[in-house]
Amino acid sequence: MTQTSTEPPQIALVGNPNIGKTTLFNLLTGMRQRVGNYPGVTVSKKIGTLRLGERDAHLIDLPGTYSLAAASLDERVVVDVLSGKLPGTQKPDLVVCVVDATNLTRNLFLAAQIAELAIPMVIVLNQWDLAERQGLQIDTDRLSAQLRVPIVPCVATRKESAQRVKDTLAQALLSPACLPPIQWPDAVAAATAHLRAAMPKGAAADLEDAEVHRLLFDANSALAERLEWPEDERRKAVQEARAMVQASGLNPLAAEALLQYDHINGLTKGVQTKVGELAKGQTESIDRLLMHRGWGLAIFAAIMYVVFLSVYTWAGPLMDGIEWAKGGLQDWISPFLAGTPMLQSLMVDAVIEGVGAFLVFLPQILVLFFFISLLEDTGYMARAAFLMDKMFGWCGLNGKSFVPLLSSYACAVPGIMATRTIEDPKARLATILIAPFMSCSARLPVYVLLIGAFVEPSHGPLIASLTLFAMHFVGLAVALPTVWILNKFILKTRPQPFVLEMPRYHVPRLGDVAWRMWESGWEFVKRAGTVIFAITIIIWALLYFPRPDAVAEEARAQVIAEQQAADPSMNLEAIEAQLQEEDSELAHVLERRESSAYIEQSYMGRMGKALQPVFHPAGFDWRITVGVLASFPAREVIISTLGVIYSLGGDVDEESPGLQQAMANATWQEGTRVGMKIFTLPVVFGIMIFFALCSQCGATLAIIKKEAGTRWAIFSFVYMTVLAWIGAVLCFQLGGVFG
Amino acid sequence: MTATLSELPIGQSARIKAYEKGSHTEQRLMVMGLLPGVEVRKIRVAPLGDPIAVEFAGSCVSLRRREAIGVLLETPA
Repeated sequence: MTQTSTEPPQIALVGNPNIGKTTLFNLLTGMRQRVGNYPGVTVSKKIGTLRLGERDAHLIDLPGTYSLAAASLDERVVVDVLSGKLPGTQKPDLVVCVVDATNLTRNLFLAAQIAELAIPMVIVLNQWDLAERQGLQIDTDRLSAQLRVPIVPCVATRKESAQRVKDTLAQALLSPACLPPIQWPDAVAAATAHLRAAMPKGAAADLEDAEVHRLLFDANSALAERLEWPEDERRKAVQEARAMVQASGLNPLAAEALLQYDHINGLTKGVQTKVGELAKGQTESIDRLLMHRGWGLAIFAAIMYVVFLSVYTWAGPLMDGIEWAKGGLQDWISPFLAGTPMLQSLMVDAVIEGVGAFLVFLPQILVLFFFISLLEDTGYMARAAFLMDKMFGWCGLNGKSFVPLLSSYACAVPGIMATRTIEDPKARLATILIAPFMSCSARLPVYVLLIGAFVEPSHGPLIASLTLFAMHFVGLAVALPTVWILNKFILKTRPQPFVLEMPRYHVPRLGDVAWRMWESGWEFVKRAGTVIFAITIIIWALLYFPRPDAVAEEARAQVIAEQQAADPSMNLEAIEAQLQEEDSELAHVLERRESSAYIEQSYMGRMGKALQPVFHPAGFDWRITVGVLASFPAREVIISTLGVIYSLGGDVDEESPGLQQAMANATWQEGTRVGMKIFTLPVVFGIMIFFALCSQCGATLAIIKKEAGTRWAIFSFVYMTVLAWIGAVLCFQLGGVFG
Repeated sequence: MTATLSELPIGQSARIKAYEKGSHTEQRLMVMGLLPGVEVRKIRVAPLGDPIAVEFAGSCVSLRRREAIGVLLETPA
């Protein structure tokens, strides 16, 4: 039961994209906002609290849209929230329609559609200053009288405006007023009634006329999915209803726009006057440079280069700092737990390691979202999409896929989060599915290790650096044909229209940029962090247990036997004494031997041995297989896993000469290749290609699950892993033929 | 002979007459204000030849040539 007297009123904030709606939201709610999710959809839900006189009200920031005809997920949420149809939401008490004062008629289209839902409304005429500068005069009193709702002129970047908007909202809650809705011609009313009569009883009772209109007017209404109405029946009813509209001489797909604009023109009659000629905006002059046929692309490339470089260089020191802090914390806490080795390993190797493993990517994500939000707020992002559209069009993507893919070169998680700007759900899904192919920064250590150990010594530094460079494009080269196939055969994407408004350029507010960074950073920690953390603990357990004492005893006996063989003069007691000594050479040898033997005996080691035949065609031995398996949650883990397996301890990095040496010397111990080197060039390239293509990142899978659903996360994992396996096998087999 | 928005030379403007039957972007473009009778000006073509950008009633919108072919223009008599 809801207590209407104490429940804060719900106010929805709507408006066209790029008109300063989010800026107004931030201005009205300040720090009192939170981001959640609408149940069942991946659109994030932003709710803020604002003080209206004596009481609080909730302000819901809805995604920017031109109309209620829902094409994207974002837009569908707008209809569902305004009609109170999303579970857990109620129909708002008031809707604030943010309108661009310089483009009044088009912006009122959305308001006119919302009027049909009979929600009390307040209209905020934003960018009032700009309208004045353009010589546009709007008679707000007259407009308010004709629209019959309160009108507030506003400059969303100014504090005084916020107070004025708040006062109007408080007043509007006390004396609510609705915009007069359109009077539909008889044919439309009859068609609406026909649809109502044809649909299942329960659905009809639940829908408002405005919602039924979505079925009538929209080519592919997202609303249809919500109704429990068999598709063939629905199609038939919609067709009949449209025929009724058609018979009256109206084109059903165009009728709504024509009639609504007529209605709006009537409502706004005589309120706008243009004083003087419209001055050529700065936007056009900037565009002449930034979208120039030659310069445009060069500037675009330069901007992307700066973004790319900054993600690496600005984040670098912070990432080092996090690594350093992680190491320090591990060293500090380790002695306290020395008495309980399992707890010590759990804390040091799983908990701290796991938290560090995702925190280390946070700096890159913050830097990236700094730039993304800067580029979006200035209005450049739409231009980037305009410039790039053709390049991505052939494989079924569009210009808006560019930024997510670029971001994925740092980390696929923010890359996938950035796909929310892509309106078409299928183009968005296709982008999500190929984003993890981009060579993220976690792959770099793997390339550095293998190229440093096997390519550089034999082929020199030039070939080595070229190889490293080329490895960054393996993923992209596989991704584009993949997305073409996906679109053609699996997603069956219809060719998507690309209609995008080029907003005016403007100077972004630092506060908005900061909010965006905070939101995405927090979301990353919350979503990806928990998953990486959980998986790290599972992998740790698989590598740690069952840990029988016999393994340690055997390792000890082996070390003693080897020492006796190497130095017959030493007796057993002397060796034992050395082993007891804390910092002796022999004690370290034993320690490493033990951890290596433990891994071989661990559940993960056994899995590696059991699954080795799968990777045999790629030339992987059980140790590489364990490394590959252990790297599924996070690919960079391979370095420390190989370090442990090759008895160097987990404390190695990709440039440790010890690890490179140990790998170079490793030979097959059994099977048909006994005595042969394991790491031949075809195997090395096979591993690199495997790591380039494989879905080895729990965080990415978690974010795909969140953005596209479990089914697509599983699909992504399977197809990437299969492609990776094929790549590695091809590399080894062809290498065997040609090498 | 009917001219389409795709063929309109850069820098020139014309009035929209109608949409090609079955144009799948008709609804979307009309909602954005590209109604029959509205005057549009083609302001530029992307460096790679597609999409195009048009200006009308104070807004600037980009669309692909495939969609622009469906926008029929009045030819000045």
